[in-house]
Amino acid sequence: MNTENTPALEIVDATLELGDGDSRVRALDAVSLTVRAGEFVAIVGPSGSGKSSLLAVAGALSNPDSGSVRVHGTDLSTLSKGASAKFRLENIGFVFQSGNLLPALTAADQLRLAGRLAGNRKVDAESVLDSVGMAHRAKNRPGHLSGGERQRVGIARALVNAPSLLLVDEPTAALDRARSHEVVQLLADQAREQNVAVVMVTHDHDVLEHCDRVLEMVDGSLGAVRTA
Amino acid sequence: MFLALRELRFARGRFALMGTVIALISVLVVLLSGLSSGLVNDGVSGLKAMPVTAFAFDEGTMKDNAFSRSVLEEDQLAPWRDAEGVQAAEPMGVSIVNSTTDDGKQVDLTLFGVDTDGFIAPKTSSGEGLDRADGIVVSETLKDDGVAIGTVVTLDRIDVELTVVGFTEGQATFGHVDVAYLPLETWQLIASNTAQPGVPTDATVAAADYSLFSAVAVQAKDDADVDLAAADEAAGTTSMTLTESFNASPGYEAETLTLSMIQVFLYVICALVVGAFFTVWTIQRAGDLAVLRAMGASSRYLLRDSLAQAVVVLLVFTGIGVAAGVAMGAIMPDAMPFELEAGPIATASVLTIVLGLLGAAVAVLRITRVDPLAALGGRR
Repeated sequence: MNTENTPALEIVDATLELGDGDSRVRALDAVSLTVRAGEFVAIVGPSGSGKSSLLAVAGALSNPDSGSVRVHGTDLSTLSKGASAKFRLENIGFVFQSGNLLPALTAADQLRLAGRLAGNRKVDAESVLDSVGMAHRAKNRPGHLSGGERQRVGIARALVNAPSLLLVDEPTAALDRARSHEVVQLLADQAREQNVAVVMVTHDHDVLEHCDRVLEMVDGSLGAVRTA
Repeated sequence: MFLALRELRFARGRFALMGTVIALISVLVVLLSGLSSGLVNDGVSGLKAMPVTAFAFDEGTMKDNAFSRSVLEEDQLAPWRDAEGVQAAEPMGVSIVNSTTDDGKQVDLTLFGVDTDGFIAPKTSSGEGLDRADGIVVSETLKDDGVAIGTVVTLDRIDVELTVVGFTEGQATFGHVDVAYLPLETWQLIASNTAQPGVPTDATVAAADYSLFSAVAVQAKDDADVDLAAADEAAGTTSMTLTESFNASPGYEAETLTLSMIQVFLYVICALVVGAFFTVWTIQRAGDLAVLRAMGASSRYLLRDSLAQAVVVLLVFTGIGVAAGVAMGAIMPDAMPFELEAGPIATASVLTIVLGLLGAAVAVLRITRVDPLAALGGRR
């Protein structure tokens, strides 16, 4: 299945309900989404619309109640918990809000740890940091980095194991407008240069110009597709 | 260890604070261990030095203070000598007396009346063995009190004069009192309350009509198991192995149990302190752990890393504490029964580390409950 024509991410009719009893809500309502390698897709929508749930099922963090999720041809529902973790390490990169870097590690060590988790002890952290313009900050801990720099290091960490799919969660939430454009532009560049499929959820409509496609999520449904 | 070591360096203040508590506990553990060893030696070193398998006391004698309570008759000795597996069985007299040296110094002595040619006769580090009726071989520790070869010791109330003829090899004390070995016949003369003031002679000793003694010292043949119960029944005695007989030393059981209880509490405190620290530490890192889990880090990796952190902290700070404890032990005043012994200190150190690690293990288990979804912008 893992051929060049296989979509990097293929979600078909995914449905996910959360909560119990009266508080039960449908987070994903028959969501379908296909993202190809090198494509940068943005998903916008209000809070509680199901964006994070979509990232969770796409990133093998949770399974939908029905429907299927395939990453590079692998059906994620067939994976055990341990296999899901291994699959994430080898195939999926996450970029979190504010970078979510580990405070004890320098920028270079953030990348080295990600490499070690995937069994690679010879990560060239400096060159990966260089690719996101952060080589000069390799020895700095997150506490000494600006919000934009932290996010750049977070992107480098997500890319260090050469994933085929990058899932990006509100990358500009803590950045000013100029930094937001820089970070999203960087994601778009990396998607193209490294042929990585990128799915970004965001509230920030100002940065959508950098994306190949923009989808809107409302009440768990994905729709209102418009091409950037 | 990659993350563990970097976090240790990053949060060195917090780890140092917790480590200081571990080090202080280790200091206390070492001091208690030294005190415990010192008290044991002070209480029973006279018994420990004997090549004895068991002691037999009069039937029904209370375990506590059995050496001074028990009174045996001659005919209770033969069944022990005839018991299967017994190499030798000898009578032994034990009593604690007050005395004064010829330069007026008051010393307490535990008199061990023994067969001068028997297997429990003392080995001497200096001076002679027991070859005269008024001769005593005393604990080497009495040298600190100015006692020397030739010192005459006068027993209080009965004014019997005994002369120091030799010193034992190392410390020989019983019930925190220095041991003085003397011929069993001289001991029996003193115990009979018929001794005349002055120096006991072979003639006065032989004239004493007293054949009782305190205990039978039993030595088993090599690799032989002596049926103590059967011999007890035949002799009308109650026997204890050498180790059990330590509890028959005055105050021994109460002292060792008290110290052991304090040590157990320290181990429990150590486990709780380490456990509490790592519980808080794990809660503080919950966000980071969620990110790592989302990235794909296995629970096993994270558990191993956290436990490695605990091992490093426990090893380093227990080491510091033990070193400080040993240094403090070296300057303890002579009057304090304190003995630094490698075995008990090593055991105490290992227990501190193992129980601390157990506390940490229970605490870091919550890593397995960290939800990787928490790494995403907020729970869905």
